[in-house]
Amino acid sequence: MTTVNPTAAPGPAPATVPAGPPPKRRLPGWARGAGAAGAAVAVLVVTSALTGQHELTSSGTAQAALRLLLPILLAGLGGLWAERAGVINLGLEGMMILGTWGGAFAGLHWGPWAAVLGGVLFGVLGGLLHALATVTFGVNHIVSGVAITLLAAGLTKYLSTLIFQPTSHNPRQSAPLTGFDTYSVQPLGNWLGTVEDHHTPVLSDLAGLLRGVLTGFTPLVILGLVLVPVSYWVLWRTRFGLRLRSCGENPYAAESLGVNVYRYKYAAMVVSGGLAGMGGVALVLNPGQLGYLEGQTGGRGYIGLAAMIFGNWRPGGLLAGSALFGYVDGLQLRAGGQAVHDLLYGASLLAIVVAIAWALRRRWLPSVLAAAAGIAAYAVYFFTDTVPREFATYAPQLVTLVVLAVAAQRLRPPDADGLEYRRGSE
Amino acid sequence: MNGVLTGWLRGRLLAPVLAVTFSALLCAVALLVSGDAPWTALKVMVSQVGQGTTAVDIVNSAAVYYLSGLAVALGFQMKLFNIGVEGQFRLAACVAAIVGGLWALPPVLHTVLIILVAVLVGAGWAGIAALLKAYRGVSEVISTIMLNAISTGVIAYLIRPDTFGVLEGNNISTKPIAPSGQFPGISLGDKGTVFGMVFVAAALGVGYWFMLGRTRFGFELKASGESPTAAAAGGVNARRMTVLALLLSGAVAGMVGLPELLGRDFAYTLNSPQGYGFTGIAIALLGRNNPVGIAAGSLLWAFLDKAALALDNIGVPREIAVIMQGVTVISVVIAYEIVRRYELSAQRRKVASDASVALGSSDAPPSSGPPPSGPPSLGSAAGPSSSGPASGLAGSSGNPSEAR
Repeated sequence: MTTVNPTAAPGPAPATVPAGPPPKRRLPGWARGAGAAGAAVAVLVVTSALTGQHELTSSGTAQAALRLLLPILLAGLGGLWAERAGVINLGLEGMMILGTWGGAFAGLHWGPWAAVLGGVLFGVLGGLLHALATVTFGVNHIVSGVAITLLAAGLTKYLSTLIFQPTSHNPRQSAPLTGFDTYSVQPLGNWLGTVEDHHTPVLSDLAGLLRGVLTGFTPLVILGLVLVPVSYWVLWRTRFGLRLRSCGENPYAAESLGVNVYRYKYAAMVVSGGLAGMGGVALVLNPGQLGYLEGQTGGRGYIGLAAMIFGNWRPGGLLAGSALFGYVDGLQLRAGGQAVHDLLYGASLLAIVVAIAWALRRRWLPSVLAAAAGIAAYAVYFFTDTVPREFATYAPQLVTLVVLAVAAQRLRPPDADGLEYRRGSE
Repeated sequence: MNGVLTGWLRGRLLAPVLAVTFSALLCAVALLVSGDAPWTALKVMVSQVGQGTTAVDIVNSAAVYYLSGLAVALGFQMKLFNIGVEGQFRLAACVAAIVGGLWALPPVLHTVLIILVAVLVGAGWAGIAALLKAYRGVSEVISTIMLNAISTGVIAYLIRPDTFGVLEGNNISTKPIAPSGQFPGISLGDKGTVFGMVFVAAALGVGYWFMLGRTRFGFELKASGESPTAAAAGGVNARRMTVLALLLSGAVAGMVGLPELLGRDFAYTLNSPQGYGFTGIAIALLGRNNPVGIAAGSLLWAFLDKAALALDNIGVPREIAVIMQGVTVISVVIAYEIVRRYELSAQRRKVASDASVALGSSDAPPSSGPPPSGPPSLGSAAGPSSSGPASGLAGSSGNPSEAR
């Protein structure tokens, strides 16, 4: 975009700077992302050193986090594609459920890659249904999403009783599947393992986190992580993506430029449903527990949506959001209430750092609020010994709420997100 | 007069009848595919109502669904999606059961206290989402979904044997509520007992209708749902309305668990029923937020629930009823949309023909299409299209190809 300066002659290079205060310099997205990741790792390392809770940075936790991140990430990407085209997809959960069934069915017969394909296909069916209801019939998006989730739960129940029960002897479960082989970056992984086992402060923590990410991953993890930059590239760097996003920002303007808005919304919903379905497959093919299990999505579709909102409708932020939820989930699964309790200490540290940062910018109210939150978190940490198991299980949801409460006001959804569009009506 | 009445009936009944017929047909196909006879299935579904306590059971569970549907509809009135009815009702029922089990108060007082606690807990749990929505801009959809999950954890913690729970056999439960706190029902002998809370639910339905249709508060609520900017211009504080709507919704949601708690179970256990909150969303959609419609929707839903059991007995997969419920919701929503569009285009056609007649009687040339800008009287006659006769005509000519 070039800025047009009315006083400048219409030359070939309008390099004049508009009048007024110079725009504040902002770091590029990747730099801010790296900074945030570095800060998060630093908080974890310091917390681990001060509390002696090595599970916070152990390779096992990092590995579990990576595996639990994947379904949330894929669901969130599905939400990103839909909402960038202006369709609110609350049916992500339902499409994930469809994906778990489709993945398990295909996986039982033809192996793990077929499972991925089957789950994607079932998710696409859900996405097409949502598109039919919202784009063609103009049904309220949230209504349709909720209905699809209900329908998917009923349908998979019916289908799993019909098809899985004869082999698994349990209507809520399929027979165990064959999963992907796991891969590791060797010999780096082993070397990091020896560093981790030394329990040197900081160094071992970093080695543990790195080792968890570099060992025991499946091809599906790679595929999911690759889909983040791919989504970015397609949505922000291609003509197709620009048109798709224009349908989410201002469909009537897009229409006036000759874009077939219906077709783009349908395309977005196909991709969205497919990604959510793949998220379901990621659960079915999770190395810890291979197979279909009723209710195994456990609201991850909604958490994916929350991760996308947290990430400000951008792929990078979405990755950060799902990493946060995946990490908390992995931590509570591996180490339970004790580790979540120590995480409170980390949270209070983080809040104090944020408070100081606000104070340096002379923004006193947020600073005081952050300090108060930090003190409260520390008080809870100090006066309790552990977080009850029942609460620890829902730590990811609690973190979601807190993070949204802190972040929500600075976010900007696509302008026409969730609005009905009818060709030629404006 | 007759034409007006049939028109009104068509507007009200066409969509639900279409939708139920469509979903019944779809389920018939599903039954045929899985090798069962749809006709026998239907006969069993209908004949089960007369057997044993089924009819009363349907009414009782319809009351539960009705409360849940009302709670969701209260939010819908302001375009708020309270997905959190599920968590609100479960937490409210659990805390109410704990409080009710702690003391034995004089009969009426005890029951009132339990209901009050449930209402307050429901409203309070919804209040978190309300404050986050009003002051931090967090979508209530996401926050209530998260609160649903968190409430599961809170309940599991509250009824642990070392907090407020009691271990009974293999099940954990709260202390049972003494008879003084129970809500007496109406016994019909062999046919079962109608919960007393059924009448409370009906009264709430009347209150809902009165509040929305006859009070200033209800008007402001609907107005800020329809157009926040217009309502704000009229002096309505949208933020306050958001908080109040969600609090009210949560308060009604708090009562969802009470018919069964005070009429049948008398204690909250780990196995206490779940899912009523999500059903409430479906029922509010079926009933179009109308108190009578929600009642019809909850009766239909309760009927299908019971039908699932009856179908199971004759070897038809019971999930067929669940599928029928899901398909009914989707087809109701779509059917209403189709009927709305059809009527809109019919209205536009009517306005267009009226306009051309009016033009034809004056000096304008007939059948030459609309003038670029009609006289002001025609502009107001275009009514529903609200953008002048020209765009109304353009819309009606473009419509038939798109309304499908």
